[in-house]
Amino acid sequence: MTALETLPPWLLLPVAFFLVLGSTLTLLGAFGLFHLKSFYDRIHAPTLGTSWGTAAILLASILAWSWLQDRVFLHELVIGICVMVTTPVTLMFLGRAALHRDRVEARGGVTASAAAVPPAQATSKQPLPAGE
Amino acid sequence: MTTLLWLALTWAQIALGLAACLATYRILVGPRAQDRVLGIDALYIAVMLLFIVTGMRLGTPFLFEAALVISIAGFVGTISLAKFLLRGEVIE
Repeated sequence: MTALETLPPWLLLPVAFFLVLGSTLTLLGAFGLFHLKSFYDRIHAPTLGTSWGTAAILLASILAWSWLQDRVFLHELVIGICVMVTTPVTLMFLGRAALHRDRVEARGGVTASAAAVPPAQATSKQPLPAGE
Repeated sequence: MTTLLWLALTWAQIALGLAACLATYRILVGPRAQDRVLGIDALYIAVMLLFIVTGMRLGTPFLFEAALVISIAGFVGTISLAKFLLRGEVIE
């Protein structure tokens, strides 16, 4: 708090705004994770925190540290890119795993269809043509 | 004006702490395994943001590196748990 007191008011306002925005969105996402009924609803809620929750807090951090260090300080972009690239991969993987489990056990409002092959077979590579 | 920043930092820390608590509830209670994995995912995001905000408040760059490590390790952990749920094993 001692170093941040040197921030000028025109910079302090966006920093405070982005901090409040990001943390409130993350809290809303976590509340959705707590409150929603089905897994397929819940999987959408934490993305509030991983999209604009992370982005706003990282923006506030970039602004504050750039002022404090007297240079453009972009290290936070590494975290931002890491989170925003990996979250869709994680959630698609998790959703596919949940769908597979629900199909096998016919739970969660998902019908167990006979055509539902396990993803291990569905995503396996097709045999290559003989010429390759 | 500094009071405004103090309020914003305090609110951010409280909100992120509450978010971590709600994610912990989903880890402990979540009816099935995928709910717990989703709770772990939300928990590491909230704790990573809490580290960044605390690092801003304390004025130290060390917590930023911890947040970077958390974001990468959390991704690997969640992917491996999801793969375990999907296939029954992690490394085939």
